[in-house]
Amino acid sequence: MNRIFASRLFWPVVMLLALFIVNLIAFPGFFSIELKNEHLFGSLIDIVRNGAPTLIIAIGMTLVIATRGIDLSVGAICAIAGAVACSIILGSPDPGSVGTVVVAIVVAMVISLVLGVWNGFLVAVLGIQPIIATLILMTAGRGVAMLITEGQILTVNSPPFKVLGSGFLFGLPVATVIAVAIFVLAALLTRRTALGLLIESVGINPEASRQAGVRSRGLLFAVYTFCAFCAAVAGLILTSNQTAADANNTGLFIELDAILAVVIGGTSLMGGRYSLLGTLVGALVIQTLVTTVYTVGIPPIATMVFKAAVVTVVCLLQSPTTNAAFARWRTSLSSRTRKGVAA
Amino acid sequence: MSVAPFPPATGAGRVLGGIRDVFTSPKYGPVLVTFLLLIVVFAVGGSRYRGFVSGPVILNLFVDNAYLIVLAVGMTFVILTGGIDLSVGAVVAMSTMIAASLLQAGWSAGVVIPLILVVTSVLGLLVGLMVQVFKIQSFIATLAAMFLARGLCYVISKDSISITDPFFVALAQTKIPLGDRMSITPSVVIAIALVLVAMVVLHYTRLGRTVYAIGGSEQSGMLMGLPVARTNVLVYVISGFCSGLAGVLFTFYTLSGYSLTAVGTELDAIAAVVIGGTLLTGGYGFVLGSVLGVLVLGTIQTIITFEGTLSSWWTRIFIGVLLLVFIILQKILTARRR
Amino acid sequence: MSEPVPVVEMTNISISFPGVKALDQVSFRMFPGEVHSLMGENGAGKSTLIKALTGVYSVDSGIMTLSGSRVAFTGPAQAQEFGISTVYQEVNLLTNLSVGENIMLGREPRRFGLIDWRATRIRAAELLTRLHLDIDPNSLLGSHSLAIQQLVAIARAIDVQAKVLILDEPTSSLDADEVAELFRVIRSLKDEGVAILFVSHFLDQVYEIADRLTVLRNGSLVGEYLTDEILRIDLVQKMIGKELTLLDDLEKKTHDSTSGDDGETPFLQAIGLGKKGAIEPIDLKVYEGEVVGMAGLLGSGRTELARIISGIDRPDSGSLSINGKPGRLRTPRAALSRGVAYSSENRKAEGVVEELTVRDNIALALQADRGWFRRIPKRRQDELTASYIQALGIRPPNPDALVKNLSGGNQQKVLLARWLAIAPRLLILDEPTRGIDVGAKAEIQKLVVNLAENGMSVIFISAELEEVLRLSHRIVIMRDRTMVADIQNDDISVESLLAIIADGSILEDAS
Repeated sequence: MNRIFASRLFWPVVMLLALFIVNLIAFPGFFSIELKNEHLFGSLIDIVRNGAPTLIIAIGMTLVIATRGIDLSVGAICAIAGAVACSIILGSPDPGSVGTVVVAIVVAMVISLVLGVWNGFLVAVLGIQPIIATLILMTAGRGVAMLITEGQILTVNSPPFKVLGSGFLFGLPVATVIAVAIFVLAALLTRRTALGLLIESVGINPEASRQAGVRSRGLLFAVYTFCAFCAAVAGLILTSNQTAADANNTGLFIELDAILAVVIGGTSLMGGRYSLLGTLVGALVIQTLVTTVYTVGIPPIATMVFKAAVVTVVCLLQSPTTNAAFARWRTSLSSRTRKGVAA
Repeated sequence: MSVAPFPPATGAGRVLGGIRDVFTSPKYGPVLVTFLLLIVVFAVGGSRYRGFVSGPVILNLFVDNAYLIVLAVGMTFVILTGGIDLSVGAVVAMSTMIAASLLQAGWSAGVVIPLILVVTSVLGLLVGLMVQVFKIQSFIATLAAMFLARGLCYVISKDSISITDPFFVALAQTKIPLGDRMSITPSVVIAIALVLVAMVVLHYTRLGRTVYAIGGSEQSGMLMGLPVARTNVLVYVISGFCSGLAGVLFTFYTLSGYSLTAVGTELDAIAAVVIGGTLLTGGYGFVLGSVLGVLVLGTIQTIITFEGTLSSWWTRIFIGVLLLVFIILQKILTARRR
Repeated sequence: MSEPVPVVEMTNISISFPGVKALDQVSFRMFPGEVHSLMGENGAGKSTLIKALTGVYSVDSGIMTLSGSRVAFTGPAQAQEFGISTVYQEVNLLTNLSVGENIMLGREPRRFGLIDWRATRIRAAELLTRLHLDIDPNSLLGSHSLAIQQLVAIARAIDVQAKVLILDEPTSSLDADEVAELFRVIRSLKDEGVAILFVSHFLDQVYEIADRLTVLRNGSLVGEYLTDEILRIDLVQKMIGKELTLLDDLEKKTHDSTSGDDGETPFLQAIGLGKKGAIEPIDLKVYEGEVVGMAGLLGSGRTELARIISGIDRPDSGSLSINGKPGRLRTPRAALSRGVAYSSENRKAEGVVEELTVRDNIALALQADRGWFRRIPKRRQDELTASYIQALGIRPPNPDALVKNLSGGNQQKVLLARWLAIAPRLLILDEPTRGIDVGAKAEIQKLVVNLAENGMSVIFISAELEEVLRLSHRIVIMRDRTMVADIQNDDISVESLLAIIADGSILEDAS
């Protein structure tokens, strides 16, 4: 048990701790958290707030990847959700009322769920490879978002809507609370029911699962829809945070960050066993990396270079070739020691 | 399943059957559909606007999309093997940045251009090695390359840098006249030359045939003794080279380097290749098809420009719809053959 | 006639893999202008021998000579240089390229460094003509039937000046006319002096085309025979072998169970159930509490029938009724919900989910049946797992062990536990005892007897006739994709079963 835990979460946690240490050296007050106006402030709070959208999407992405799939369209769904919500709020006579915001959010969520079902349909019913199926929405989605915003950046001034991205609840940022809620929801939904087992089973061996009576079609619909749900929530948070829907830039590259978080968290892109906890750590690693780049004083725009380095290192570590090489090295070591003993 | 390879054929029936066979063939079907689509799109444009179907408009299609043609050529190689390259847009941006910053620093164009091509080819080589040696899925490996290239752009400069180098300016302004009021740019010549070279490579060399073989079945290709590993790496080098070249052509077009340039261009390139009839699972497709794909996208863009009232975002939606149609078409054509 | 020099001679070849001796001191030879058939059931070592011959595997010990000179292959390319070509069962060609290109790929004639398509086509056409095949070299390979693709693969194989042509299961997906066409080609190659290794499960085809046979069993050589000089029944016996009756403690069960009583409704009844290319239409009844043994050689249609009954493949003719109620079983799920479970012979690919734990694997089918929302409570899972670990003797007795770390026999037990957990009315076991040790085998056999005594119906598929005879109330024999016998197991001898499998005819004393 101990060993399994170590092999899955060990490296992501080490990575996270290393980043913390770097931060601590560059900025001694890194761990300090202050309470101002009953709101918590501090670098760590910034990390959990700014990392919330990536984490939320990464949770959905984890389940999709567990079924051997991938969802490239989440960034586009973010943009659509934001665009829908903002255009409804702007179009209403009373943008500041809670009712308007609730309607806007509900409509945005419903539209996003339909898009998730669409992805699920392409993958589960038409049998199109997931990367290709979701590429369609990735391409067209931003066009749809622009269609909704009519090419404008829709700036909204609606206090209830702003709460999503920059409000506080119980002293914590609302975005963080939402992320934690979705994390708990996903964990309960997949681990307290049999969903997790069935998803992993389909991801590892679809044919054996079929023969055991598992209905993979329904599962695929469920994970793609859930992923779109997560994307929509993240899109609303991002939009609220910027107080504007920008069809071009809301959630740009977030699909890549989310996939990266999943991969860092130790869930294999080949599907199968997944770890939501790993994904959580992975998302924190990414956000801390971004923060580190700031605190260390590297131009923030260079973050992508570091991300590239992380993707490469993580993938190389997970690669079968590397594992085989390690295994060979270990056997040669052990056989050498054995020979040494024999001699 | 009958053993007789030829159905009994008579004159007209045979011709009709032949036409049906060609259209339902996964090899030629999608390309022909694309060709018809291009004609239809042109007809739509022509019926709505005077002077749409004219020499200058058609030539402008090439002028505006020369860099995309180059990108699509590289992408065709990758997709033919069943891979995908998400890094091309970022590599284009990186190339423009390298060009702009080095030229600004006083380097000569004769050094800068070869340097860009070498750098982007090496980046492709690294991607290829990740895919082939470390068995990393191509989209993840090219994703890393995309991050790296975009990040390097920002490292060079976050602002747009304009290019005043006389060679670049000259190439940007040169027009090669083709008769009455019509002209093309040197970029078009370069793009067309590249297309011709790519066609020869794909159809007349062992490298090219191995590319198709890998897309058909990597396993079979290996058992047939083809250089599968080497070719699998080379396609990414080719795509890297093409991205670099496209970046250079892009600077001829814009005379500047900018980090945020060509965001999402990888999707345009992929869309052009798919609409051009190359199967995303690999094995079927032609460079010329990809050129047709670029022209379809370009024509739609032109129509939207002509329309004036129709906004630019419709381009993306149209591309998405076309992608969907072609992917489903591919699915049907390949499923029939199984 | 004096024996000529063999084109291939392997003497006392041994090949081992971790934990397995795949070939043990096997000798094998082939003569020019002769069709040689390599016979044996699963695990006999046929494919290992072929891979040694084609240079894919290197030989641990033993001598290999080609036309009298000693060789040691370091890879497939070298074997090809010596003129050894192989056509595999799954045609390893490229359906996305033309016929001509498939024949010539990798050795196209070139001019100025570029492929000379004209010369390539001409050469491909020559090779096709040599095989008397009227195929357009420009046509796409994928547009032809599998049979034609098979022949194109042969055309490619003989272009490398083949001295030895290995055909691995070339007829498994061909119909009768296509087989005839293939045999015509084989004969014409044989006349040209090529030595042909023909591997097939179909005895009729072997007897029709082969001059000489080599029989392997469990990695060892049984013998080499001239086809004319060995009776089918003897051949089948040599392939299947006689298992040592280690399992005598298993009581010879009584045959007086419910089967065949007039008026009783069978639990499962199939009428004219068939699928093109898999099995001819078949009638089958299985009564409650009955063990129906299904015997037949590999590729005889036994697995295909089981897959259709259990909803994994869809039939294209016939009907099925369960408990007298007709109904189509369109998916495994539908079959499971009506009490029919199938345990695949292909344990790793279609059976266990290797990356999951023993507990999860055992719970999988039951959980799928309950739906995702009603998770089997943790305590219930533990009880279930513990009880099956104990009842079936699963080792290690750790519910959290990953199944990929278990031995084959224990994986099989986990798979059995999965099906038993849903308490099916009919359990179809496809080769449940293949490749597992004797102890586990005996336990599984005992289990089958117990299950039937408790009212479960079992279809027991096995290549080992003793096993089938020991366990079954009734025996169904498959041969060349059709059912050739359906007999009560009353003092049937192994010999009479062998006779039916070999010749397809029921002996007088067997019914």
